[in-house]
Amino acid sequence: MTGPGRQSFARGLRLGIGPALATGVLALNFGAEARARGWGTVAPVAFSAFAFSGSAQFTLLSSLSGATVLAAIVAAMVINVRYLVMSVAIAPSLRGGRPARILQAQAIVDASFLAAHDEDEQYDVWRMIGVSVPQWICWTGGTAVGVLAAPSPDLMHRLGLDVAFPAFFIVLLIDEVRRSRRAVVACLLGAVIAAGLLFVTGPSYALLGAAAATLIGLRRRRHHEAVAVRTGGQRR
Amino acid sequence: MKLWLCVLAVSAANWLMKAAGPLVLGKRDLPPALVSVTKLTAPALLAGLIVTDLGGRTIDWTQLIGVGVAGILNLLRIPMLPAAAAGVATTALVRLASA
Repeated sequence: MTGPGRQSFARGLRLGIGPALATGVLALNFGAEARARGWGTVAPVAFSAFAFSGSAQFTLLSSLSGATVLAAIVAAMVINVRYLVMSVAIAPSLRGGRPARILQAQAIVDASFLAAHDEDEQYDVWRMIGVSVPQWICWTGGTAVGVLAAPSPDLMHRLGLDVAFPAFFIVLLIDEVRRSRRAVVACLLGAVIAAGLLFVTGPSYALLGAAAATLIGLRRRRHHEAVAVRTGGQRR
Repeated sequence: MKLWLCVLAVSAANWLMKAAGPLVLGKRDLPPALVSVTKLTAPALLAGLIVTDLGGRTIDWTQLIGVGVAGILNLLRIPMLPAAAAGVATTALVRLASA
């Protein structure tokens, strides 16, 4: 890792503390629920360590009891199709040979992908890895605590911990929409699509639908739209 | 056995989806049209994440207050972590007061 890479990684670790705490809370829920459904203690923790994906894991947890094995697996995979979009978006920013690039891409999760987005439309890979490391530790550790201790969801609700993720995301979103008018339009359209889909489907499919808002990027850019709303500034 | 099969299959699918970009594109740059689309991935997904986190069958107004506080503090140039922490604390306090 080079000097700037080390700095980016350290910055990522600092940025990752908030999402990691929120991830840990979610993991407690996952671990407790998996234990309650008879998954034992080892499988939920191994699943968190290997898959590192809340949406896919909760989907498998809820669908495995009511659907066939194949249907449950397909549902859990479809939920994460957004990772395909993120992987394609970040591919030009990855460094090294193909195995190294594939390894770096494994650090993609929602919060780290979004925190790695730079002003120049590139992605800072070391920052992304830095954000992901504390999240992976809290996700796996939180699952272990969840299967062993099964904390009350009511206590976590009273502490307001369910707000940690959306509070972190609103701060990132404010940074994003300052960049261009198109970002504002994509944000509004993504919100409307997700809200509409929530009436007919679950949150993961609504989130996938929100990604369709990026297609406005295919529209030809008018001259005045080419001027960024904010040209300076650094993400804190 | 069935459980472990599911765990391994879903984990492998996740690895492949995250590896798809470097596997398919290698070191090539994205076509310009795709660049325009990927630039908007972050704002569209963030908006979707916030809506799906706060939405659902019922809307919890105490969550909206906490998220609003975090957003306002960030607009006032408070760094990310204190702003998000203040949002969480506000929601906890509102819930305590309204219990």
